[in-house]
Amino acid sequence: MNLTLKIWRQKDSKAKGAVETYPISDISPDSSFLEMLDVLNESLVLKGIVPVAFDHDCREGICGMCSLYINGEAHGPDRKVTTCQLHMRMFKDGDTITIEPFRSAGFPVVKDLVVDRSAFDKIQQAGGYVSVNTSGNTQDANAIPIPKRDADMAFDAATCIGCGACVATCKNGSAMLFVSAKVSQFSLLPQGKVEADRRALNMVGKMDELGFGNCTNTGACEVECPKGISLDNIARMNSDFLKASIISEEK
Amino acid sequence: MSNSGLVKSSIGRKLVMALSGLFLLVFLLQHLIINLLSVISPTSFNEVSHFMGTNGIIQFAMQPILIGGIVIHYIMGIVLTIQNKKARPIAYIVDNQKANSTWISRNMIFTGLTILAFLVVHFIDFWIPEVVTKFINQDWSGLEDGIEGFRYHHELVGKFSGTRGIVKASVYTIAFTFLGLHLAHGFASTFQSVGFRHGKYTPTLVKIGKAYSVIVPLLFALIVWFHALVSAH
Ligand code: HEM
Ligand code: SF4
Ligand code: FES
Repeated sequence: MNLTLKIWRQKDSKAKGAVETYPISDISPDSSFLEMLDVLNESLVLKGIVPVAFDHDCREGICGMCSLYINGEAHGPDRKVTTCQLHMRMFKDGDTITIEPFRSAGFPVVKDLVVDRSAFDKIQQAGGYVSVNTSGNTQDANAIPIPKRDADMAFDAATCIGCGACVATCKNGSAMLFVSAKVSQFSLLPQGKVEADRRALNMVGKMDELGFGNCTNTGACEVECPKGISLDNIARMNSDFLKASIISEEK
Repeated sequence: MSNSGLVKSSIGRKLVMALSGLFLLVFLLQHLIINLLSVISPTSFNEVSHFMGTNGIIQFAMQPILIGGIVIHYIMGIVLTIQNKKARPIAYIVDNQKANSTWISRNMIFTGLTILAFLVVHFIDFWIPEVVTKFINQDWSGLEDGIEGFRYHHELVGKFSGTRGIVKASVYTIAFTFLGLHLAHGFASTFQSVGFRHGKYTPTLVKIGKAYSVIVPLLFALIVWFHALVSAH
């Protein structure tokens, strides 16, 4: 395959940045999108050009590290895949592909296509956990009966890999899908219910503080999420949060 | 987070948006029923109009609440839109939004502002003359020289007569179309915002929302055209 790549280049977080055009040829349709970028970078190095910086780690769709806004969609045109699992056969020979970093006030660009998603870590630290004493005599989790439906929903929510595609996609730069997955994963289970009020208040509070936008229920996040996290989670978090702020005495 | 935090939180603002939207949805139904009377029974229309226009509770409690609801809804809509723009300070060069969301869901501020523009026209057309009659001329009788019974139906037909009536009906129809588009997303969205999503009821609510957003604006438009084309002749 022969392609024309239009890639956002930005020297560092303070630089202005601009789109550069790179033609690339002989790409196998079976290669992944990141492998295609590896090929590009090798050719750039040979020409003495600084290679394009992009994030990646596991390259098997589980770590959430790879990002990229490809032809106007987070993780590109395929559904329920991360960029490392996107294959070049999704494109046609001769295509022009525009590659931009995820754009959000909460995700500043570090360099080229790499963005800083540590805002998600801060939201997690605000309450995305269950407090237990790891004294060695913790109760066996299976000793507590949990309805199958709840367990399934909690498990589905827990598959969120924190990639940030939901924020990148949302026209409002809202982080609701991510935060709601992290809230639901615990609030659906008896072990997590105990701290549900405080968790919802603190995680939503942190999300707002970090400059993410307000959800307007467009549903774009759910479509672009590589893990198919459902909007059900957002509704659950909305009601958890409203209950916590109106009914509970938790501050 | 304290309760003042609720109003400042993103979900709290959504709650305000949803509740004011829901309130406007209910108001629209009431407005529609009275308008339908103007077609079905001019006498009842006159009676209800006179009651609505002169009843103290409606004039001095319900009406300010309604205006407050509209003001809160659109101010919050504008606030949310400005904040959301700030959350993405640098726009994408290529953004294929139509791949993942509907036009109506992305353009609530646009359809909303069109409704607001219409409301200004509608207020100048109907509300201001009423205010002038009742509060400036101090005439609460609902009567007018040379007209038998109350004046409301006669005035309504007058407002839609001739070529101006046709132009007005067309402008109103455009506004009702945007209202329909606003509600096609807004109705179901309200329930999601307040955290009500249920495997059994949500699909039905979505259907009711679709029906509401087609039937209500359509009936409003038909009523206007009835007066422009039939009553006025
Ligand atoms: C009769 C008039 C109106 C009705 C019945 C109405 C109804 C609604 C409803 C039900 C929603 C959904 C709320 C939610 O998603 O929680 C909504 C959202 C919205 N409305 Fe209106 N609206 C009206 C007028 C307006 C006006 C005049 C504006 C002007 C700015 C406006 C701007 C918006 C915006 C920006 C949203 C999206 C906010 C969001 O989803 O968070 N609306 N409207
Ligand atoms: S909700 Fe989906 S899109 Fe958002 S961070 Fe989690 S996995 Fe990524
Ligand atoms: S590199 Fe780990 S999910 Fe893509």
